[in-house]
Amino acid sequence: MLGLYRFLKYSAILGWSAFVIGPFLWALSTSFKTSEGIVSGATYIPWLQYKPSLEGWGVLFRRGGQGIDIIGPYLASLTVTLSASAISLVLGTLAAYGLSRFRYKAGPIKNADITFFFISQRIMPPIVLAIPFFLMLQAIGLLDSKLGLILVYIALLMPIAVWVMVDFFNNIPIELDETAMLDGCSPVKTFFRVILPNCKPGLVVAGLFCIIFGWNDFFFAFILTFTKTQLLPVAVVSLNSSVTPWWSLSASALVSVAPLVILAFIVEKYLSRGGLAGAIK
Amino acid sequence: MFASRQKFIFLLPGLLVLVAIIIFPLLFTIRVSFSSWDVMFPGLDWIGAKNYVRLFADTRFWGSLARLGLIAVGTVVIEYLLGFGLALLVWRELKFARFFRVLFLIPMMTTPVIMSVIWRTIFHESLGPLNHIFGLLGLDQIPWLSTAGMAVVSVMIVEIWQWTPFMFLLLLAGLMSLPKEPFQAAAVDGAGPFRTFFMVTFPLMAPISIGTLIIRLIEASKIMETVYVLTSGGPGTATETSSYYIYIRGLRDFQIGYAASLSVTYLVMMIVALTILAKILTKAFILKDKA
Repeated sequence: MLGLYRFLKYSAILGWSAFVIGPFLWALSTSFKTSEGIVSGATYIPWLQYKPSLEGWGVLFRRGGQGIDIIGPYLASLTVTLSASAISLVLGTLAAYGLSRFRYKAGPIKNADITFFFISQRIMPPIVLAIPFFLMLQAIGLLDSKLGLILVYIALLMPIAVWVMVDFFNNIPIELDETAMLDGCSPVKTFFRVILPNCKPGLVVAGLFCIIFGWNDFFFAFILTFTKTQLLPVAVVSLNSSVTPWWSLSASALVSVAPLVILAFIVEKYLSRGGLAGAIK
Repeated sequence: MFASRQKFIFLLPGLLVLVAIIIFPLLFTIRVSFSSWDVMFPGLDWIGAKNYVRLFADTRFWGSLARLGLIAVGTVVIEYLLGFGLALLVWRELKFARFFRVLFLIPMMTTPVIMSVIWRTIFHESLGPLNHIFGLLGLDQIPWLSTAGMAVVSVMIVEIWQWTPFMFLLLLAGLMSLPKEPFQAAAVDGAGPFRTFFMVTFPLMAPISIGTLIIRLIEASKIMETVYVLTSGGPGTATETSSYYIYIRGLRDFQIGYAASLSVTYLVMMIVALTILAKILTKAFILKDKA
């Protein structure tokens, strides 16, 4: 009975693992193919089924007609994601601390309503804001620029930072603040001296979520940039619609998703430590 | 002491930035929805509720909403069941638990549109691996993206691949935060694994289950990118979700005014639907709690 249970358990785990990894292995295999390995039907194993070639990877770093030149979009994506995440994290953390520790009141609006306002922004479908964002950025001359995208992404990411951090602060005992204040610290000083140094786990999780949703956004980058600025997802998807062969498509996809997959391995311990649980209730 | 003026230093910068970036565009969309703004006459005139009257009879829009509802609820329920199952599997003693935990998270780290590009090659009917493997197993070749029914299934498969990890992550975090005592008590009572799950684990997880389901429903209500890459809404309009339909009306046909009225209606419908779903979920889980 116990043996059967363990058999089923490991089968389920291995089955799901195969489903998860499958697309990556397929893309990896495809990225080394030439047309010989594709046109005659699906092949999987290099040397045995097709002759591997580095053409798909070479194209990524080549400029001009045949090249994709992925470095430019890579740097643009990195700049936009990191700037927007950092700003959202700072503003979101400050707001979350305020909402966790102080009482705000404006007419019937109280703390819970303000917190809800922040978090509820996630309900907004991007398409609803796309056209006004377009006209707004056009009006201030930031269409097709990194700065314009950073502004838009702040609105997208700050709710995530507030969501994770409000709960994180709620779980830090308020006595910590009170002791510091009794020692004569102002609220601002208390926050920077006493609270912030204890926030690493929360900040890592909030920052990670911001980076995931920033790096992976396609829609706004697609609508609000054209030629001067091009982010990674837009660059890769535009290959999809042209006649780009599968091998360079696969190589560019793998290069694009690699940074966050590596990041996942680095910060895993923060994610599964249970710190997130409260944020969901 | 806590009622210091300094408290505004914390809240206001973030709040003002968010209000500035979100509220004006939203108000603008509402205003534009009462105009006839299109590619021929760009500008803000006032045509009353004409766009809303037109929308009322737009079966393609209502069809896209119904389809979105089906795809969103369908994928989220499947993601929940799979995510909960996987979380339970790696929760307790397991060899290489840490390795599998990270592995299971990977899809949510990847860019949905980019992985959809890869999925499109996987679903390719003659050159893709999926039909190839089906062939080796002696199964029928499946027209993954070219028939209405299978195209919906394909979109759902990609969504489930992408977002089950998110469900898994939150539910696992929930499981790890549960108190130990109820489980010890159940063990003392001699409850088996199934009884323990239904009498202890599941009820304790109810608030977390509700939370994760709602978060995922919110995100799923915006589905469009996978559709854009995999099927472009097709074949016909078989996989067209509301966001994608509004995108076509607004940014392909440049019927800005009409698209704005669709947007406002879509947003209101989503808020209403999600509020109702949240109520239903809360009731369902609490009823099960008592049973």
